[in-house]
Amino acid sequence: MTFEWIQIPYSLMTLLIVIIYAFFMTALIAKIGARAGRRYGIRIHQNFLDLFKNYSLRSSITHGYMFYLAPVFRLTGGIGLLLFVPTIYGSQMFSNLSFAGDLILALYFIFFGTLGMALGAAESGHPYAAIGISRGLSQVTMAELPFALSVFAIAVQYQTLSVTDIVAAQQGGFMNWTVFTNPLAVTAAMMSFLGTMMRSPFDLHLAPQEIPIGPPTEYHSSYLALMQTNRNLFPVAKVVIYMNLFFGGATNWPVFFLKVFLIYLFSAFVGVVFPRFRVEQSIRWFMVWAVPVGIAAILLV
Amino acid sequence: MRELYEKLKTRFPLGEFTDQRDNLGFITVDKDQLRPVLYHLRDHEGFSHLVLLTAVDWIEEDRFQLTYLLSNRTRSVDVGLRVMLDRGEPVMETIHDIWPTAATYQCELREMFGIDFPDSPGVMDDFILEGWDDLPPYRRDFDTKKYSDETYAHREGRVTHDPAEYMKKQLYPDEV
Amino acid sequence: MKEELQKRTVKGPDGFEFEVDPLNDYYCSEAPKAHPPAYAKIVESFFNWARSESIWILGFGTGCGAIEMRPLMTPRFDAYRFGVQWRPTPRQANLFIISGYLSVKTLKRAIRSYEQMQNPKYVLGLGSCTINGGMYWDSYNTIKKLDDYMPVDLFVAGCMPRPEALLASFEELKKVIKAGKAEGANAYAENFDWYKANQKKVIKDWDMPDYNW
Repeated sequence: MTFEWIQIPYSLMTLLIVIIYAFFMTALIAKIGARAGRRYGIRIHQNFLDLFKNYSLRSSITHGYMFYLAPVFRLTGGIGLLLFVPTIYGSQMFSNLSFAGDLILALYFIFFGTLGMALGAAESGHPYAAIGISRGLSQVTMAELPFALSVFAIAVQYQTLSVTDIVAAQQGGFMNWTVFTNPLAVTAAMMSFLGTMMRSPFDLHLAPQEIPIGPPTEYHSSYLALMQTNRNLFPVAKVVIYMNLFFGGATNWPVFFLKVFLIYLFSAFVGVVFPRFRVEQSIRWFMVWAVPVGIAAILLV
Repeated sequence: MRELYEKLKTRFPLGEFTDQRDNLGFITVDKDQLRPVLYHLRDHEGFSHLVLLTAVDWIEEDRFQLTYLLSNRTRSVDVGLRVMLDRGEPVMETIHDIWPTAATYQCELREMFGIDFPDSPGVMDDFILEGWDDLPPYRRDFDTKKYSDETYAHREGRVTHDPAEYMKKQLYPDEV
Repeated sequence: MKEELQKRTVKGPDGFEFEVDPLNDYYCSEAPKAHPPAYAKIVESFFNWARSESIWILGFGTGCGAIEMRPLMTPRFDAYRFGVQWRPTPRQANLFIISGYLSVKTLKRAIRSYEQMQNPKYVLGLGSCTINGGMYWDSYNTIKKLDDYMPVDLFVAGCMPRPEALLASFEELKKVIKAGKAEGANAYAENFDWYKANQKKVIKDWDMPDYNW
């Protein structure tokens, strides 16, 4: 696919739609979680209010350059992830900046934000931030392994590294989706998905009752607002990857909204049911359950 | 309770005995007899738990009373040991080597009553009253209202009612 | 002053010796600045609306009233539906609830937490103890007038006020914020010397910088 200038405003439009959708959907998921606890839950537009509130704070302090950069890195991870994969398959407007090798780039962007956060959290100097980020990094590294294995299995299966081509191969009925043609790889990837969604039982880097609230302890005002944006955007961007790789992609916006919501809901349901792991339990869980499935997926392709 | 007292009495010189309930009694012990009695109660009578260590200021008799309350968990029996100290020179031997929790109580007693426990760990640390520079506040010659009025600003307009009178006026206004 | 706060020479793991003065090195002693409303009126009103509908409370219970805050998170009261939530760190919190009596030792921590919060910030005095001392009016160890030590936006009377009273107070606080009258942080910065003098009068062992943000 050749690059055209018109793609830039189109991509920005995608970004805007996805961010607005992400804010409402995250609130809806929070509401569903609250209903599971028999609460009414937050208002559906609460995430926007929190965002505006944080932007409107008048004072802010800094702990150094990396403290500034970390939220930017983090948001770059989310936006980059979204922009380099096709959001709506077959649409010239919303295919974004996808290109032949974008699968590898996406893998990289998933990790990018966490690394940026590690630098910023270390600079903030708060002990909880350091504990949180060391837990978070070890878990994300571990959760990334089954996902990488499963992505390789799929790359071998479809003989391509382009997300667009993988989506194209899945068109024509849901029996063509990877989830049915290669269930092992999808199982491994969904296990890894749980680990990177920052929800219990894998929210051990935030651990609200233990090291409140982990890496972003020192972040406030606009820094926090940036990170909040990413907190809503990044999971959706990640779900977009999953949707494209495993669930047949989306050919129009309503299908996109529905599929993203359902995939996201999967992690929310798991989170409502299970309590938090400790870091060694979580890593052992990935080692014992997710990684062998991923290896099997590669072997059986 | 009385048989425990009689049993102890054959071994140690004991003071007065108060039989509070079936499962609670108080025994007055000499200052230098406290440690052997504690050891005996812990090792031979099953009083394995130090419930609390507190003090009473008997200002009229010019002495402090320390109360060591021990509990026998299996028999649900409590016994309190009273030790009388001279108010002019309130120093007591530490028992943190028998029950480590005692160190916290002793730290608090040092701060609130000014009773010293030499060699107790952290006994001179600030516990609740950081930077306190007056008489220890739990001593009865310390006037807490006077101190409060002098130290903390108060808001005008505070009224105090006698609860009984006030309710009478509220409920039966005709009879007042 | 505590030992760990004193100026001293430290030998690092590489054998390099350097001098540490914790009060100057670890804290910034700069006084707070007032941040008056900077934007056009319509923008400020919009921001005030956002601030009032998204109140983040510092998770710091100072007295017995802290027990009244917990039920607000439960299904029965569920304060989240009013845009209220709790943050574990003062950096992200906007509202500091002084929940009940404030002993001198806690006052010191409360001041530190308050100063670390970002402007605009609000203080809510919960219970009679924060108003005139309540039942601790003759205590040797609790302050009797909270607004001498930090600017208070709203008092809730009672001993203790029920969680419903807290919910009602959030609604009242929203009105105050929307009207643009919740400028406590600026009042604190403008009358900084007066507040500091009051604080130092009761906190005898002042072993922290004058302003810690």
